[in-house]
Amino acid sequence: MTSKLSVENLHINFGQKEVLKNINVSFAEHQVTALIGPSGCGKSTLLRSLNRMHDLSPDAKIMGKLRIDGTDIYGKDIPPTKIRQRIGMVFQKANPFAKSVYDNITYGLKINNLPHTKDVVEKALREAFLWEEVKNDLKMPATRLSGGQQQRLCIARTVALRPEVILMDEPCSALDPISTLKIEELITDLKDRYTIVIVTHNMQQAQRVADKTIFMYLGEVKEEGSTQQLFNNPKHELTANYISGHFG
Amino acid sequence: MNSKSRRCIDLLFNYIFKVTGLLVLLLLGAILAMLVYNSVAFFLDVRPADFITGLTWNPTGSDPKYGILPLVLSTTLVTLGAMVIAIPLGIGTAAFIAEYAGRRLKNILKPTIEMLAAIPSVVIGFLGIVVVGPGIAHIADLANGLNALNGAMLLAVMALPTIITVAEDAMHAVPKTYKEASYGVGANKWQTLRKITIPAAAPGIIAAVMLGVGRAIGETMTVLMATGNAALLPNSMFASVKTMTATIAIEMGEVPYQTTHYYALYAIATALFIMTLAANMLGEYFINRFRKYHAA
Repeated sequence: MTSKLSVENLHINFGQKEVLKNINVSFAEHQVTALIGPSGCGKSTLLRSLNRMHDLSPDAKIMGKLRIDGTDIYGKDIPPTKIRQRIGMVFQKANPFAKSVYDNITYGLKINNLPHTKDVVEKALREAFLWEEVKNDLKMPATRLSGGQQQRLCIARTVALRPEVILMDEPCSALDPISTLKIEELITDLKDRYTIVIVTHNMQQAQRVADKTIFMYLGEVKEEGSTQQLFNNPKHELTANYISGHFG
Repeated sequence: MNSKSRRCIDLLFNYIFKVTGLLVLLLLGAILAMLVYNSVAFFLDVRPADFITGLTWNPTGSDPKYGILPLVLSTTLVTLGAMVIAIPLGIGTAAFIAEYAGRRLKNILKPTIEMLAAIPSVVIGFLGIVVVGPGIAHIADLANGLNALNGAMLLAVMALPTIITVAEDAMHAVPKTYKEASYGVGANKWQTLRKITIPAAAPGIIAAVMLGVGRAIGETMTVLMATGNAALLPNSMFASVKTMTATIAIEMGEVPYQTTHYYALYAIATALFIMTLAANMLGEYFINRFRKYHAA
Protein backbone atom coordinates (compact mmCIF):
# COMPACT_ATOMS: atom_id res chain seq x y z
CA MET A 1 0.00 0.00 0.00
CA THR A 2 1.52 3.34 -1.05
CA SER A 3 1.24 6.17 1.40
CA LYS A 4 -0.51 9.30 0.20
CA LEU A 5 0.27 11.56 3.11
CA SER A 6 3.20 11.34 5.44
CA VAL A 7 3.96 13.18 8.65
CA GLU A 8 7.49 13.25 10.06
CA ASN A 9 8.62 14.63 13.40
CA LEU A 10 5.63 16.95 13.62
CA HIS A 11 5.50 19.31 16.60
CA ILE A 12 2.76 21.92 16.94
CA ASN A 13 2.70 24.65 19.58
CA PHE A 14 -0.08 27.10 20.29
CA GLY A 15 1.68 29.93 22.07
CA GLN A 16 3.51 28.26 24.96
CA LYS A 17 1.43 25.09 24.83
CA GLU A 18 2.80 22.04 23.06
CA VAL A 19 -0.19 20.38 21.45
CA LEU A 20 1.48 17.75 19.28
CA LYS A 21 4.73 16.02 20.20
CA ASN A 22 6.83 14.31 17.60
CA ILE A 23 4.16 12.74 15.42
CA ASN A 24 5.26 10.23 12.80
CA VAL A 25 2.41 8.69 10.85
CA SER A 26 1.39 8.02 7.29
CA PHE A 27 -1.94 7.67 5.53
CA ALA A 28 -2.36 5.07 2.82
CA GLU A 29 -3.93 5.86 -0.52
CA HIS A 30 -7.60 4.86 -1.00
CA GLN A 31 -8.00 3.89 2.60
CA VAL A 32 -9.96 5.34 5.49
CA THR A 33 -7.78 6.17 8.47
CA ALA A 34 -9.48 7.01 11.75
CA LEU A 35 -7.91 9.24 14.40
CA ILE A 36 -9.28 8.42 17.84
CA GLY A 37 -8.45 9.51 21.35
CA PRO A 38 -9.88 11.48 24.27
CA SER A 39 -10.80 15.17 23.93
CA GLY A 40 -7.76 17.40 23.77
CA CYS A 41 -5.41 14.66 22.58
CA GLY A 42 -4.56 16.64 19.44
CA LYS A 43 -6.34 14.57 16.79
CA SER A 44 -8.17 17.56 15.29
CA THR A 45 -4.95 19.58 15.45
CA LEU A 46 -3.15 16.85 13.50
CA LEU A 47 -5.98 16.69 10.95
CA ARG A 48 -5.99 20.46 10.42
CA SER A 49 -2.24 20.58 9.98
CA LEU A 50 -2.62 18.34 6.93
CA ASN A 51 -4.32 21.04 4.83
CA ARG A 52 -2.74 24.06 6.48
CA MET A 53 -5.85 25.23 8.31
CA HIS A 54 -3.60 26.37 11.15
CA ASP A 55 -2.32 29.13 8.85
CA LEU A 56 -5.36 31.06 10.02
CA SER A 57 -4.29 31.07 13.67
CA PRO A 58 -1.32 33.37 14.19
CA ASP A 59 -0.43 31.54 17.43
CA ALA A 60 0.21 28.19 15.80
CA LYS A 61 3.83 27.12 15.30
CA ILE A 62 4.37 24.06 13.15
CA MET A 63 7.62 22.13 12.96
CA GLY A 64 8.26 18.95 11.01
CA LYS A 65 7.71 17.63 7.51
CA LEU A 66 4.29 16.95 6.06
CA ARG A 67 4.10 15.58 2.54
CA ILE A 68 1.49 14.70 -0.02
CA ASP A 69 2.91 12.36 -2.68
CA GLY A 70 6.33 13.50 -1.58
CA THR A 71 5.54 17.23 -2.03
CA ASP A 72 6.14 19.37 1.05
CA ILE A 73 2.71 20.61 2.14
CA TYR A 74 4.30 23.64 3.82
CA GLY A 75 6.75 24.19 0.97
CA LYS A 76 7.27 27.73 -0.29
CA ASP A 77 6.62 26.81 -3.91
CA ILE A 78 3.06 25.60 -3.32
CA PRO A 79 0.31 27.99 -2.19
CA PRO A 80 -1.94 26.88 0.69
CA THR A 81 -5.02 27.39 -1.52
CA LYS A 82 -3.70 24.72 -3.91
CA ILE A 83 -3.06 22.37 -0.99
CA ARG A 84 -6.61 22.88 0.25
CA GLN A 85 -7.97 22.07 -3.18
CA ARG A 86 -6.01 18.81 -3.24
CA ILE A 87 -6.80 18.07 0.40
CA GLY A 88 -10.47 18.89 1.03
CA MET A 89 -12.09 19.17 4.43
CA VAL A 90 -15.43 18.41 6.03
CA PHE A 91 -16.00 20.05 9.36
CA GLN A 92 -17.53 18.97 12.65
CA LYS A 93 -20.56 21.18 12.29
CA ALA A 94 -22.09 21.30 8.83
CA ASN A 95 -21.16 24.72 7.50
CA PRO A 96 -22.83 25.28 4.14
CA PHE A 97 -22.42 28.76 2.69
CA ALA A 98 -25.36 31.11 3.11
CA LYS A 99 -26.17 30.52 -0.56
CA SER A 100 -28.37 28.20 -2.57
CA VAL A 101 -27.64 24.46 -2.77
CA TYR A 102 -26.41 24.96 -6.33
CA ASP A 103 -24.13 27.87 -5.47
CA ASN A 104 -22.68 25.95 -2.55
CA ILE A 105 -21.22 23.49 -5.04
CA THR A 106 -20.15 26.05 -7.65
CA TYR A 107 -18.44 28.33 -5.13
CA GLY A 108 -15.31 26.22 -4.83
CA LEU A 109 -15.32 25.40 -8.54
CA LYS A 110 -15.38 29.06 -9.51
CA ILE A 111 -12.71 29.94 -6.95
CA ASN A 112 -10.41 27.33 -8.44
CA ASN A 113 -11.30 28.16 -12.06
CA LEU A 114 -12.79 24.73 -12.64
CA PRO A 115 -15.77 24.14 -14.95
CA HIS A 116 -18.99 24.75 -13.01
CA THR A 117 -21.70 23.38 -15.26
CA LYS A 118 -24.92 21.79 -14.11
CA ASP A 119 -23.47 18.38 -14.91
CA VAL A 120 -20.56 18.91 -12.55
CA VAL A 121 -22.94 20.01 -9.80
CA GLU A 122 -25.19 17.02 -10.39
CA LYS A 123 -22.27 14.62 -10.34
CA ALA A 124 -21.00 16.00 -7.04
CA LEU A 125 -24.47 15.86 -5.46
CA ARG A 126 -24.98 12.30 -6.71
CA GLU A 127 -21.62 11.30 -5.32
CA ALA A 128 -22.70 12.63 -1.92
CA PHE A 129 -26.02 10.72 -2.09
CA LEU A 130 -27.88 14.02 -2.02
CA TRP A 131 -29.06 14.50 -5.61
CA GLU A 132 -32.40 12.72 -5.29
CA GLU A 133 -33.36 14.85 -2.30
CA VAL A 134 -32.52 18.25 -3.77
CA LYS A 135 -32.79 17.87 -7.54
CA ASN A 136 -36.17 19.60 -7.70
CA ASP A 137 -35.08 22.75 -5.91
CA LEU A 138 -31.43 23.51 -6.41
CA LYS A 139 -32.08 27.22 -5.81
CA MET A 140 -33.27 26.58 -2.26
CA PRO A 141 -31.16 28.16 0.51
CA ALA A 142 -28.80 25.49 1.86
CA THR A 143 -29.69 26.46 5.41
CA ARG A 144 -33.16 24.99 4.87
CA LEU A 145 -31.77 21.47 4.50
CA SER A 146 -31.71 19.14 7.50
CA GLY A 147 -28.49 18.75 9.47
CA GLY A 148 -27.62 15.47 7.76
CA GLN A 149 -28.39 16.88 4.31
CA GLN A 150 -26.25 19.93 5.08
CA GLN A 151 -23.33 17.71 5.99
CA ARG A 152 -23.74 15.71 2.78
CA LEU A 153 -23.86 19.01 0.89
CA CYS A 154 -20.55 19.91 2.52
CA ILE A 155 -19.16 16.58 1.33
CA ALA A 156 -20.54 17.24 -2.16
CA ARG A 157 -18.91 20.65 -2.18
CA THR A 158 -15.62 19.01 -1.24
CA VAL A 159 -15.75 16.16 -3.79
CA ALA A 160 -16.80 18.62 -6.53
CA LEU A 161 -13.22 19.89 -6.52
CA ARG A 162 -11.91 16.36 -7.21
CA PRO A 163 -9.50 16.42 -4.28
CA GLU A 164 -7.06 13.61 -3.64
CA VAL A 165 -7.62 13.51 0.10
CA ILE A 166 -10.68 14.30 2.20
CA LEU A 167 -10.22 15.22 5.85
CA MET A 168 -13.25 14.79 8.09
CA ASP A 169 -13.35 16.32 11.55
CA GLU A 170 -16.01 14.41 13.51
CA PRO A 171 -18.44 14.78 10.60
CA CYS A 172 -21.29 12.99 12.37
CA SER A 173 -20.99 14.33 15.90
CA ALA A 174 -24.00 16.64 15.47
CA LEU A 175 -26.15 14.17 13.52
CA ASP A 176 -28.86 11.66 14.34
CA PRO A 177 -28.19 7.91 13.90
CA ILE A 178 -29.86 7.65 10.49
CA SER A 179 -27.98 10.59 9.03
CA THR A 180 -24.82 9.19 10.58
CA LEU A 181 -25.39 5.87 8.86
CA LYS A 182 -25.87 7.59 5.52
CA ILE A 183 -22.61 9.47 5.90
CA GLU A 184 -20.79 6.30 6.88
CA GLU A 185 -22.08 4.52 3.76
CA LEU A 186 -20.94 7.52 1.80
CA ILE A 187 -17.45 7.38 3.32
CA THR A 188 -17.14 3.71 2.41
CA ASP A 189 -18.24 4.53 -1.12
CA LEU A 190 -15.82 7.47 -1.44
CA LYS A 191 -12.70 5.62 -0.43
CA ASP A 192 -12.37 3.95 -3.84
CA ARG A 193 -11.62 7.38 -5.26
CA TYR A 194 -10.23 9.37 -2.36
CA THR A 195 -7.92 8.97 0.57
CA ILE A 196 -9.87 9.71 3.73
CA VAL A 197 -8.74 10.73 7.19
CA ILE A 198 -11.50 10.93 9.77
CA VAL A 199 -11.43 12.15 13.35
CA THR A 200 -14.09 10.47 15.44
CA HIS A 201 -15.19 10.10 19.04
CA ASN A 202 -17.33 7.18 18.13
CA MET A 203 -15.56 3.81 18.49
CA GLN A 204 -18.25 1.96 16.58
CA GLN A 205 -17.92 4.43 13.75
CA ALA A 206 -14.17 3.92 13.57
CA GLN A 207 -14.70 0.16 13.43
CA ARG A 208 -17.39 0.48 10.77
CA VAL A 209 -15.58 2.77 8.36
CA ALA A 210 -11.83 2.74 9.00
CA ASP A 211 -9.19 0.43 7.53
CA LYS A 212 -6.55 1.79 9.81
CA THR A 213 -6.89 3.44 13.22
CA ILE A 214 -4.50 5.72 15.06
CA PHE A 215 -4.94 6.18 18.80
CA MET A 216 -3.65 9.46 20.20
CA TYR A 217 -3.19 10.53 23.79
CA LEU A 218 -1.93 13.86 25.17
CA GLY A 219 -0.44 15.00 21.88
CA GLU A 220 1.28 11.73 21.01
CA VAL A 221 0.49 8.74 18.86
CA LYS A 222 0.20 5.87 21.32
CA GLU A 223 -0.73 3.13 18.94
CA GLU A 224 -1.54 2.60 15.30
CA GLY A 225 -2.56 -0.42 13.31
CA SER A 226 -5.26 -2.00 11.26
CA THR A 227 -8.64 -1.21 12.77
CA GLN A 228 -9.27 -4.86 13.46
CA GLN A 229 -5.98 -5.34 15.26
CA LEU A 230 -6.26 -2.12 17.26
CA PHE A 231 -9.75 -2.81 18.53
CA ASN A 232 -9.51 -6.57 19.03
CA ASN A 233 -5.97 -6.87 20.17
CA PRO A 234 -4.60 -3.52 21.39
CA LYS A 235 -0.93 -3.61 22.31
CA HIS A 236 -1.03 -0.66 24.66
CA GLU A 237 -2.90 -0.66 27.96
CA LEU A 238 -4.08 2.93 27.42
CA THR A 239 -5.58 1.94 24.08
CA ALA A 240 -7.36 -0.98 25.67
CA ASN A 241 -8.76 1.23 28.40
CA TYR A 242 -9.86 3.92 25.97
CA ILE A 243 -11.62 1.66 23.48
CA SER A 244 -13.40 -0.18 26.26
CA GLY A 245 -14.74 3.14 27.57
CA HIS A 246 -12.77 3.46 30.81
CA PHE A 247 -11.97 7.09 30.03
CA GLY A 248 -12.29 9.63 27.29
CA MET B 1 -36.27 39.26 53.05
CA ASN B 2 -39.55 37.45 53.20
CA SER B 3 -41.34 36.20 50.18
CA LYS B 4 -44.06 38.85 50.29
CA SER B 5 -41.70 41.80 50.08
CA ARG B 6 -39.74 40.01 47.37
CA ARG B 7 -42.91 39.65 45.36
CA CYS B 8 -43.74 43.31 45.92
CA ILE B 9 -40.34 44.44 44.70
CA ASP B 10 -40.67 42.22 41.67
CA LEU B 11 -44.06 43.74 40.89
CA LEU B 12 -42.83 47.26 41.55
CA PHE B 13 -39.98 46.92 39.08
CA ASN B 14 -42.30 45.32 36.60
CA TYR B 15 -44.32 48.56 36.66
CA ILE B 16 -41.29 50.83 36.67
CA PHE B 17 -39.84 49.20 33.57
CA LYS B 18 -43.21 49.22 31.88
CA VAL B 19 -43.47 52.97 32.51
CA THR B 20 -39.97 53.66 31.16
CA GLY B 21 -40.74 51.57 28.10
CA LEU B 22 -44.01 53.34 27.43
CA LEU B 23 -42.41 56.73 28.06
CA VAL B 24 -40.28 56.28 24.94
CA LEU B 25 -43.36 55.55 22.88
CA LEU B 26 -45.09 58.57 24.38
CA LEU B 27 -42.14 60.82 23.58
CA LEU B 28 -42.01 59.70 19.97
CA GLY B 29 -45.78 60.11 19.67
CA ALA B 30 -45.68 63.59 21.19
CA ILE B 31 -42.89 64.77 18.89
CA LEU B 32 -44.68 63.39 15.87
CA ALA B 33 -47.95 65.02 16.99
CA MET B 34 -46.25 68.38 17.45
CA LEU B 35 -44.66 68.16 14.00
CA VAL B 36 -47.90 67.18 12.31
CA TYR B 37 -49.98 69.77 14.21
CA ASN B 38 -47.72 72.64 13.19
CA SER B 39 -47.31 71.33 9.67
CA VAL B 40 -51.08 71.28 9.25
CA ALA B 41 -51.14 74.91 10.31
CA PHE B 42 -48.62 75.59 7.55
CA PHE B 43 -50.55 73.71 4.90
CA LEU B 44 -53.65 75.79 5.66
CA ASP B 45 -51.70 78.73 4.20
CA VAL B 46 -49.60 77.08 1.51
CA ARG B 47 -50.64 74.36 -0.90
CA PRO B 48 -48.71 71.11 -0.28
CA ALA B 49 -47.94 70.88 -4.00
CA ASP B 50 -46.30 74.32 -3.96
CA PHE B 51 -44.27 73.32 -0.93
CA ILE B 52 -43.03 70.03 -2.35
CA THR B 53 -42.38 71.13 -5.93
CA GLY B 54 -41.53 74.78 -5.39
CA LEU B 55 -38.11 75.71 -6.73
CA THR B 56 -37.57 78.75 -4.53
CA TRP B 57 -37.13 79.04 -0.79
CA ASN B 58 -37.55 82.70 0.09
CA PRO B 59 -39.87 83.04 3.09
CA THR B 60 -38.84 86.61 3.92
CA GLY B 61 -39.31 88.20 0.49
CA SER B 62 -42.17 90.59 -0.31
CA ASP B 63 -43.77 87.65 -2.11
CA PRO B 64 -42.76 84.78 0.22
CA LYS B 65 -41.89 81.48 -1.49
CA TYR B 66 -41.93 78.21 0.40
CA GLY B 67 -40.48 75.74 -2.10
CA ILE B 68 -38.64 73.00 -0.20
CA LEU B 69 -37.02 71.40 -3.25
CA PRO B 70 -33.70 73.32 -3.05
CA LEU B 71 -33.35 72.31 0.59
CA VAL B 72 -34.21 68.66 -0.05
CA LEU B 73 -31.78 68.54 -2.95
CA SER B 74 -29.10 70.17 -0.81
CA THR B 75 -29.54 67.62 1.95
CA THR B 76 -29.61 64.76 -0.56
CA LEU B 77 -26.53 66.01 -2.37
CA VAL B 78 -24.49 66.45 0.79
CA THR B 79 -25.63 63.12 2.23
CA LEU B 80 -25.00 61.19 -0.98
CA GLY B 81 -21.60 62.82 -1.36
CA ALA B 82 -20.73 61.93 2.21
CA MET B 83 -21.78 58.31 1.65
CA VAL B 84 -19.85 57.99 -1.60
CA ILE B 85 -16.77 58.92 0.38
CA ALA B 86 -17.56 57.18 3.67
CA ILE B 87 -18.95 53.81 2.55
CA PRO B 88 -15.90 52.47 0.69
CA LEU B 89 -13.52 53.97 3.23
CA GLY B 90 -15.57 52.66 6.14
CA ILE B 91 -16.09 49.15 4.83
CA GLY B 92 -12.49 48.93 3.70
CA THR B 93 -11.23 49.98 7.11
CA ALA B 94 -13.65 47.61 8.83
CA ALA B 95 -12.47 44.73 6.63
CA PHE B 96 -8.86 45.59 7.32
CA ILE B 97 -9.41 45.62 11.08
CA ALA B 98 -11.55 42.48 11.09
CA GLU B 99 -9.49 40.32 8.74
CA TYR B 100 -6.03 41.64 8.02
CA ALA B 101 -4.69 43.74 10.88
CA GLY B 102 -2.47 42.12 13.47
CA ARG B 103 -3.52 42.19 17.09
CA ARG B 104 -1.22 45.08 17.94
CA LEU B 105 -2.41 47.37 15.15
CA LYS B 106 -6.02 46.46 15.85
CA ASN B 107 -5.65 47.50 19.47
CA ILE B 108 -4.41 50.91 18.34
CA LEU B 109 -6.83 51.43 15.46
CA LYS B 110 -10.11 50.62 17.18
CA PRO B 111 -9.87 53.13 20.05
CA THR B 112 -8.46 55.77 17.71
CA ILE B 113 -11.42 55.45 15.39
CA GLU B 114 -13.82 55.60 18.29
CA MET B 115 -12.08 58.76 19.46
CA LEU B 116 -12.84 60.32 16.08
CA ALA B 117 -16.53 60.08 17.01
CA ALA B 118 -15.86 62.15 20.11
CA ILE B 119 -14.86 65.27 18.17
CA PRO B 120 -17.69 67.79 18.53
CA SER B 121 -19.46 68.65 15.28
CA VAL B 122 -18.65 72.33 15.74
CA VAL B 123 -14.95 71.50 15.68
CA ILE B 124 -15.39 69.55 12.44
CA GLY B 125 -17.31 72.55 11.03
CA PHE B 126 -14.48 74.81 12.08
CA LEU B 127 -12.01 72.59 10.24
CA GLY B 128 -14.27 72.90 7.22
CA ILE B 129 -14.09 76.67 7.31
CA VAL B 130 -10.35 77.03 7.87
CA VAL B 131 -8.82 73.91 6.25
CA VAL B 132 -11.00 71.80 3.95
CA GLY B 133 -13.00 74.67 2.41
CA PRO B 134 -9.98 76.80 1.47
CA GLY B 135 -8.30 73.64 0.21
CA ILE B 136 -11.18 72.87 -2.13
CA ALA B 137 -11.28 76.51 -3.27
CA HIS B 138 -7.57 76.37 -4.03
CA ILE B 139 -7.66 73.08 -5.92
CA ALA B 140 -10.85 73.80 -7.88
CA ASP B 141 -10.05 77.48 -8.32
CA LEU B 142 -13.21 78.81 -6.67
CA ALA B 143 -13.91 82.09 -4.86
CA ASN B 144 -14.62 80.15 -1.68
CA GLY B 145 -14.85 76.52 -0.67
CA LEU B 146 -18.05 76.65 1.36
CA ASN B 147 -20.04 74.24 -0.75
CA ALA B 148 -21.69 70.83 -0.93
CA LEU B 149 -18.39 69.00 -1.43
CA ASN B 150 -16.96 70.60 1.69
CA GLY B 151 -20.00 69.53 3.71
CA ALA B 152 -19.92 66.03 2.23
CA MET B 153 -16.27 65.52 3.10
CA LEU B 154 -16.80 66.65 6.68
CA LEU B 155 -19.92 64.54 7.10
CA ALA B 156 -18.01 61.56 5.74
CA VAL B 157 -15.44 62.03 8.49
CA MET B 158 -18.23 62.22 11.05
CA ALA B 159 -20.06 59.15 9.75
CA LEU B 160 -16.89 57.06 9.45
CA PRO B 161 -16.49 56.00 13.09
CA THR B 162 -20.07 54.70 13.22
CA ILE B 163 -19.77 52.89 9.90
CA ILE B 164 -16.40 51.37 10.74
CA THR B 165 -17.32 50.27 14.26
CA VAL B 166 -20.67 48.71 13.36
CA ALA B 167 -19.40 47.11 10.14
CA GLU B 168 -16.33 45.72 11.87
CA ASP B 169 -18.49 44.19 14.61
CA ALA B 170 -20.66 42.60 11.93
CA MET B 171 -17.69 41.11 10.07
CA HIS B 172 -16.08 39.96 13.27
CA ALA B 173 -19.30 38.20 14.25
CA VAL B 174 -19.38 36.07 11.08
CA PRO B 175 -18.89 32.54 12.41
CA LYS B 176 -15.39 31.18 11.94
CA THR B 177 -16.91 28.04 10.44
CA TYR B 178 -18.11 30.05 7.40
CA LYS B 179 -14.64 31.32 6.71
CA GLU B 180 -13.11 27.90 7.31
CA ALA B 181 -15.53 26.41 4.80
CA SER B 182 -14.32 28.91 2.24
CA TYR B 183 -10.63 28.40 2.97
CA GLY B 184 -11.33 24.67 2.97
CA VAL B 185 -12.29 24.70 -0.71
CA GLY B 186 -9.18 26.63 -1.62
CA ALA B 187 -10.32 30.24 -1.44
CA ASN B 188 -7.82 32.92 -0.52
CA LYS B 189 -8.36 35.75 1.93
CA TRP B 190 -9.74 38.24 -0.57
CA GLN B 191 -12.18 35.74 -2.12
CA THR B 192 -13.36 34.72 1.33
CA LEU B 193 -13.82 38.32 2.37
CA ARG B 194 -15.70 39.33 -0.76
CA LYS B 195 -17.83 36.24 -1.30
CA ILE B 196 -18.40 34.98 2.24
CA THR B 197 -17.60 37.41 5.01
CA ILE B 198 -19.08 40.58 3.53
CA PRO B 199 -22.31 38.90 2.31
CA ALA B 200 -22.73 37.15 5.66
CA ALA B 201 -22.13 40.41 7.47
CA ALA B 202 -24.35 42.34 5.02
CA PRO B 203 -27.22 43.01 7.44
CA GLY B 204 -24.78 44.56 9.89
CA ILE B 205 -22.95 46.46 7.16
CA ILE B 206 -26.22 47.86 5.82
CA ALA B 207 -27.21 48.83 9.34
CA ALA B 208 -23.84 50.57 9.65
CA VAL B 209 -24.41 52.48 6.40
CA MET B 210 -27.94 53.43 7.43
CA LEU B 211 -26.71 54.73 10.77
CA GLY B 212 -24.15 56.74 8.81
CA VAL B 213 -26.86 58.08 6.49
CA GLY B 214 -29.00 58.95 9.50
CA ARG B 215 -26.12 60.84 11.04
CA ALA B 216 -25.41 62.67 7.78
CA ILE B 217 -29.03 63.66 7.10
CA GLY B 218 -29.57 64.88 10.64
CA GLU B 219 -26.25 66.63 11.17
CA THR B 220 -26.76 70.37 11.55
CA MET B 221 -23.87 72.34 12.96
CA THR B 222 -21.19 71.09 10.56
CA VAL B 223 -23.21 71.67 7.40
CA LEU B 224 -24.43 75.01 8.69
CA MET B 225 -20.84 76.14 9.07
CA ALA B 226 -19.38 74.52 5.99
CA THR B 227 -21.80 74.62 3.07
CA GLY B 228 -22.36 78.32 2.49
CA ASN B 229 -26.13 78.26 3.12
CA ALA B 230 -27.42 79.49 -0.23
CA ALA B 231 -30.98 78.26 -0.61
CA LEU B 232 -30.67 77.80 -4.35
CA LEU B 233 -31.07 74.75 -6.52
CA PRO B 234 -27.60 73.19 -6.45
CA ASN B 235 -26.11 72.46 -9.87
CA SER B 236 -22.95 70.67 -8.77
CA MET B 237 -20.94 69.55 -5.76
CA PHE B 238 -19.21 72.93 -5.94
CA ALA B 239 -22.46 74.84 -5.39
CA SER B 240 -23.27 76.46 -2.09
CA VAL B 241 -26.16 74.62 -0.50
CA LYS B 242 -28.52 75.10 2.43
CA THR B 243 -29.61 71.83 3.96
CA MET B 244 -32.95 71.25 5.64
CA THR B 245 -31.37 71.03 9.08
CA ALA B 246 -29.34 74.20 8.61
CA THR B 247 -32.44 76.05 7.39
CA ILE B 248 -34.36 75.14 10.52
CA ALA B 249 -31.44 76.00 12.79
CA ILE B 250 -30.70 79.34 11.16
CA GLU B 251 -34.23 80.59 10.66
CA MET B 252 -35.86 79.32 13.86
CA GLY B 253 -33.99 81.96 15.87
CA GLU B 254 -35.26 84.88 13.82
CA VAL B 255 -38.73 83.93 12.74
CA PRO B 256 -41.77 85.66 14.32
CA TYR B 257 -43.79 83.26 16.42
CA GLN B 258 -46.76 81.47 14.76
CA THR B 259 -46.34 83.00 11.34
CA THR B 260 -46.48 80.99 8.12
CA HIS B 261 -42.69 81.04 8.03
CA TYR B 262 -42.60 79.63 11.57
CA TYR B 263 -44.95 76.82 10.62
CA ALA B 264 -42.97 76.23 7.42
CA LEU B 265 -39.95 75.24 9.51
CA TYR B 266 -42.09 72.54 11.14
CA ALA B 267 -43.11 71.34 7.71
CA ILE B 268 -39.41 71.00 6.82
CA ALA B 269 -38.87 69.06 10.03
CA THR B 270 -41.72 66.71 9.11
CA ALA B 271 -40.24 66.17 5.66
CA LEU B 272 -36.86 65.46 7.27
CA PHE B 273 -38.53 62.98 9.60
CA ILE B 274 -40.12 61.19 6.64
CA MET B 275 -36.78 61.05 4.80
CA THR B 276 -34.99 59.54 7.78
CA LEU B 277 -37.82 57.07 8.27
CA ALA B 278 -37.62 56.08 4.61
CA ALA B 279 -33.85 55.56 4.90
CA ASN B 280 -34.38 53.35 7.92
CA MET B 281 -37.12 51.34 6.27
CA LEU B 282 -35.01 50.85 3.16
CA GLY B 283 -32.19 49.57 5.37
CA GLU B 284 -34.60 47.25 7.15
CA TYR B 285 -35.81 45.90 3.79
CA PHE B 286 -32.29 45.06 2.63
CA ILE B 287 -31.43 43.52 5.96
CA ASN B 288 -34.41 41.18 5.65
CA ARG B 289 -33.53 40.27 2.09
CA PHE B 290 -30.07 39.16 3.15
CA ARG B 291 -31.42 37.23 6.12
CA LYS B 292 -33.25 34.86 3.77
CA TYR B 293 -30.18 32.71 3.33
CA HIS B 294 -29.15 32.83 6.95
CA ALA B 295 -30.31 30.98 10.04
CA ALA B 296 -32.75 28.38 8.81
